Amino acid sequence: MIDAIYNWIDDRLALSKSGRHLLNKIFPDHWSFMIGEIALYSFIVLLISGVFLTLYFVPSGATVIYHGAYKPLDGTRVSDAYASTINITFAVRGGLFMRQLHHWAANIFVGSIVVHMLRVFFTGAFRRPREANWMIGATLLILAIFNGFLGYSIPDDLVSGTGIRIAFSILESIPFVGTNLAFFLFGGNYPGKDIIPRFFILHVLVLPLIILALLGAHLGMLVKHKHSQFKGRGARNDNVVGSPLWPNYAAKAGGFFFLTTGVTAILAALIQINPIWQYGPYVPYKVSYAVQPDWYMGWLDGALRVMPSWEIHLPGHMIPNVFFPGILLPGVTFTLIYLWPFIESKFITHDYAEHHLLDRPRDNPMRTAIGSAVFAFYFVLFGASSTDVLANYLQVSLNVVLWIFRISCIVVPIIVFPIAYKICLELQQVPEAGKRKRHMIIVRDDQGAYHSVDSEEYPGYIAPELAPVKIEDVDLAPEIEALNTSADRPDEGIYQIPRE
Amino acid sequence: MPDATEEYPNLESVPLDAPQFEVAAKNVKRTEYVTFAAFVLGFIGFAAFGAAYTQNAPTYLLGLTIGLGLFFFGFGLVSWGKYLMPQGPFSEPRPLMETTRQEKELLKADFTSRGKVAIKRRSFLVKAMAAAGGVFGIVAAFPLIRSLGPLPKNSLMTTKWRKGSYLTTIYGDRVKPSDVAVGGIVTVFPEDDLGSAISQTILLRVKESGPIVTMPGREDWAPDGFVAYSKVCTHAGCPVGLYEHLEQLLVCPCHQSMFNVKDGAMPVFGPAPRPLPQLPIYIDSDGYFRARAGYDEPIGPGFWTRGGTA
Repeated sequence: MIDAIYNWIDDRLALSKSGRHLLNKIFPDHWSFMIGEIALYSFIVLLISGVFLTLYFVPSGATVIYHGAYKPLDGTRVSDAYASTINITFAVRGGLFMRQLHHWAANIFVGSIVVHMLRVFFTGAFRRPREANWMIGATLLILAIFNGFLGYSIPDDLVSGTGIRIAFSILESIPFVGTNLAFFLFGGNYPGKDIIPRFFILHVLVLPLIILALLGAHLGMLVKHKHSQFKGRGARNDNVVGSPLWPNYAAKAGGFFFLTTGVTAILAALIQINPIWQYGPYVPYKVSYAVQPDWYMGWLDGALRVMPSWEIHLPGHMIPNVFFPGILLPGVTFTLIYLWPFIESKFITHDYAEHHLLDRPRDNPMRTAIGSAVFAFYFVLFGASSTDVLANYLQVSLNVVLWIFRISCIVVPIIVFPIAYKICLELQQVPEAGKRKRHMIIVRDDQGAYHSVDSEEYPGYIAPELAPVKIEDVDLAPEIEALNTSADRPDEGIYQIPRE
Repeated sequence: MPDATEEYPNLESVPLDAPQFEVAAKNVKRTEYVTFAAFVLGFIGFAAFGAAYTQNAPTYLLGLTIGLGLFFFGFGLVSWGKYLMPQGPFSEPRPLMETTRQEKELLKADFTSRGKVAIKRRSFLVKAMAAAGGVFGIVAAFPLIRSLGPLPKNSLMTTKWRKGSYLTTIYGDRVKPSDVAVGGIVTVFPEDDLGSAISQTILLRVKESGPIVTMPGREDWAPDGFVAYSKVCTHAGCPVGLYEHLEQLLVCPCHQSMFNVKDGAMPVFGPAPRPLPQLPIYIDSDGYFRARAGYDEPIGPGFWTRGGTA
């Protein structure tokens, strides 16, 4: 029966002509290649949990009087969006779990994109021919950050509402077009009535579609280029060494999807995230203490805080303070990210050749040092988004904390740069560095003498002396290969493999 | 640094009993048991989730059961794929992306000429088509952008505060001096703009009595120990909702800008670049607070056309 279905489909799509080639696709085994997969799997979790949430969420800013399962809010004037999110939380079976799953998956999605990007950066995987894919990846990061912001904004709670107000201020700070842009997005002056439905449709339709399309392009290019790979184990520029798609990689990657989903679900089950019923509904003249965005906006919030109180005054015009941290900083950041492959080959390596073998971070000290210093800068900004919480927690003056961060975001990168550079140079001198060590076990023999022996290899260890086998030459079924497979098939018939 | 490492040849024909086709697990039986146990635990987790869901169990039980089920199911699959399948390594060839000059030129020729009749000879058609299409592209964006919202015009420059506006609470009650104790604050609005994100104003009682002169020219703006400032932060627009009574500072909780209440709300700390605009108020003959005039400058954060005045 299954044979008959397979044959019917195959005679219409000729899967067996290309299918073996697909099953033979080789995936490198290094763990760092899994980070991008976490992003992919989180995105799938986001799509599934997001569809669930849209079934109950009401994307409207209209005011209603809340009467529902959550008694402390009974009789409060809230927006439809807020009321329906409370309803998902308390009245829909599994609703709170799905909300928390969605929010955790979003945080993991952006986080794994960032770590994946660091992996690609520090191993030089963005070099020719992958420059365009690097830029698509950077675009995906921007879209992920934007969509995360839109997503936590639409429940219309007090914390996210404040974030929307800041977004309006940042948008209107853009010279020439800022106020127009802000009015077009918000449908008028802040707060406007349209922002919830507009953010909603961007969040659930427009941006996910763009992300999906770019993800397709990202993976399509990956298939075209095939994976980059670390040196060793017979890896060369003109081959890929690793496990075949079927069955090894399918099992490992499929399993990894469930692992990622499972861990996300456990986080969603046990660790509360975005408890909007505690924040209360958004009211434009109210604000709460310790207002902080989700982590991936932290660097921008930190930049807003450490920015000195400057702005540029021109005759009849001004460039407001928030323009510099809110627009200029991310603009410069992502421009540099986009251009990095070209900057590096033109000014640092003078290398324009096609590369499929990865660097280890030490192989290119300049790149590693620059990357570390820049990352340190953003990490300090990220820390600066909690100046008030730190000052309270450490019982230090806010003034002191703020100035520590203002100085740190200049000093820390300057310190990190030479340290990273030197560490790379040192590591280059140690050929064994980074190789997995084996324990040394001291044993005593019959004569009472002591010897040291190496411990057993860890499970999954692949002996380095094994040379890669060309997958297309693996001949698993010689008796089938021996069949006459020339084109003289019966015209009408289904080609049958004779069986005993 | 050479890219190619020639230490290992790519093996072409390998017998099926070569070590590359053996499984990676050292102790196959034990690995099989562990993998089996993982699938059993996954089964239990999923079944428990089903039970929890039908019983409308609390969130943590729903999440834990399905989370552990997924985790163990994934663990089993990974363990199977990693340890119980041919360990390899395997390799496949990778064609490089470089193409020859001939290939490039041929595609270009296909694209532009197709035997010199299709495109080259009719370049005026190409130009006319491009012009028409280009205009369409531009005008198509017009309604999309322009219909999204009104133009800002003057709306960022003003609030609903007018000469004689009563200072009213969110509930619509007009405010009298006796409503606010020393050190107290109340958020007030014009009567026709209650709850407004733009007109929101903070009324503070700084001291028991006597006028507060926050800067020269504002001698009669703040009577009887009361002063009123716009509640919209000049930095990023958050409500300046905290009042440090002892230091007489208004604090914005978003980015910790601090404004000196007695000094015209000059920013003394944080990123805010300009003082909060002050609303001139007086107490009328019936004892209610009213505005002497609207704000004399745009409230809130800066924007390009706001003008260069501080």
